Amino acid sequence: MDGFAKSIGGGGPNVPAGSHPAGGSQAAAGGGATQRTQYPYVTGTSVIALKYKDGVIMACDTGASYGSTLRYKSVERIKAVGKHSIIGASGEYSDFQEILRYLDELTLSDHMWDDGNSLGPKEIHNYLTRVMYNRRNKFDPLWNSLVIGGVKKGPKGDEKYLGMVNMIGTHFEENHVATGFGNHLAIPILRAEWHEDMTFEEAVKLVEKCLLVLLYRDRSSINKFQIAKITTEGSTIYPPYSLKTYWGFTHFENPAQGAVGSW
Amino acid sequence: MARFDPYENNGGTCVAVAGADYCVVAADTRLSVGYSILSRDHSKIAQLADKCVLASSGFQGDIKALQKALAAKELVYEHNNNKKMSCPAMAQLLSNTLYYKRFFPYYAFNVLAGLDTQGKGCVFTYDAVGSYERTGYSAQGTGSALMMPVLDNQLKSPSPLLLPARDAVTPLSESDAVDLVKDVFASATERDIYTGDRLEIVVINSSGTCRECIELRKD
Repeated sequence: MDGFAKSIGGGGPNVPAGSHPAGGSQAAAGGGATQRTQYPYVTGTSVIALKYKDGVIMACDTGASYGSTLRYKSVERIKAVGKHSIIGASGEYSDFQEILRYLDELTLSDHMWDDGNSLGPKEIHNYLTRVMYNRRNKFDPLWNSLVIGGVKKGPKGDEKYLGMVNMIGTHFEENHVATGFGNHLAIPILRAEWHEDMTFEEAVKLVEKCLLVLLYRDRSSINKFQIAKITTEGSTIYPPYSLKTYWGFTHFENPAQGAVGSW
Repeated sequence: MARFDPYENNGGTCVAVAGADYCVVAADTRLSVGYSILSRDHSKIAQLADKCVLASSGFQGDIKALQKALAAKELVYEHNNNKKMSCPAMAQLLSNTLYYKRFFPYYAFNVLAGLDTQGKGCVFTYDAVGSYERTGYSAQGTGSALMMPVLDNQLKSPSPLLLPARDAVTPLSESDAVDLVKDVFASATERDIYTGDRLEIVVINSSGTCRECIELRKD
């Protein structure tokens, strides 16, 4: 796999040649030569989400990179889970697909109970935290940072929920979350401009502001985004669209203007 | 390329102070990773029994798993023995639970505190693999080295070197102890990047458990 990736012409992730699954797999008591996840291969970049008046809004781009190659450009990294939640993932895309399979099983069993109750975002978040933590304990992590958002009727009326869990099981609940680069670029904007009970339009504007910064500054982001929302009515994942970008800065037009020297 | 690291330090500091008939447990609410703040409102304190509270700092995934495991074991104890676990009993259970994972530790630095069976304040302090000691007060976490010297100086507790051994609880009143805890957190917040945002203080005494929050510097 490593040799093939390198032969594509500087594409794939920089896996050292002849890499040997060290430590973890051999430490398995009587386990034998089982492979353990060492590096992610096809990865998605940031996911951002915030609570607003009617529920939760979540957004990310539709790209999946293979190291520095932009391999897939129409990947859906936000999916609906049950009636009350949406989940977004950054990191290894195949691990996200595995997580969706786990969630399918979970929601199916939940439906088959036929007891009038359905799993809400808090329960999904808790379940995924346990899954991620347990995989980390086996030194075989699901290489993702997951964002779970949703609305469900609780004792105090419609309760909005937004949480995050990362690949080693660190998890928390907040009014706004972001994964990967979003932590550094989007969260400062969200902390300054988020407020309780934003309208949908305000929330979209704020999300687009963050997505634009990520587009300009995150090398692995692409200009094709999907926004999803979840309210008491259900989840909606909007079709992908692009943001308007501006490159007409004078310094870009004549970059060598102030330079001294031969180039 | 870096190998997968199963641990991360989510930072924060926990403190507990035992008095004659009360116990003060406090922890900041900042959850960090690297140089980022993930949440300014994340509690590190778990109530395990009505007179027993656990405050932990370190790797949050392990901390939550540990607190969950202890809460489950406490419930089983209640069902088997028809009473809630006492603080000293929980102290031994926590030590055993930590040592059980001696060769893949819970990255958690714990302070267990509450009232013992006589109603006196007790504080138990741990390392990551379960060695523990009953003391009059303790601080654990990223700001502990900044706080312990101040607590040593200000709590006026009897020295642990005295013979015959004296109870290590502080002679201070409950409100003085709470004020001191607030001061000590304010000081640590100035110099420890992982400590700050908000301070959660839990006071346990004969009338029950009372929770208070005060703001700390957010930078």
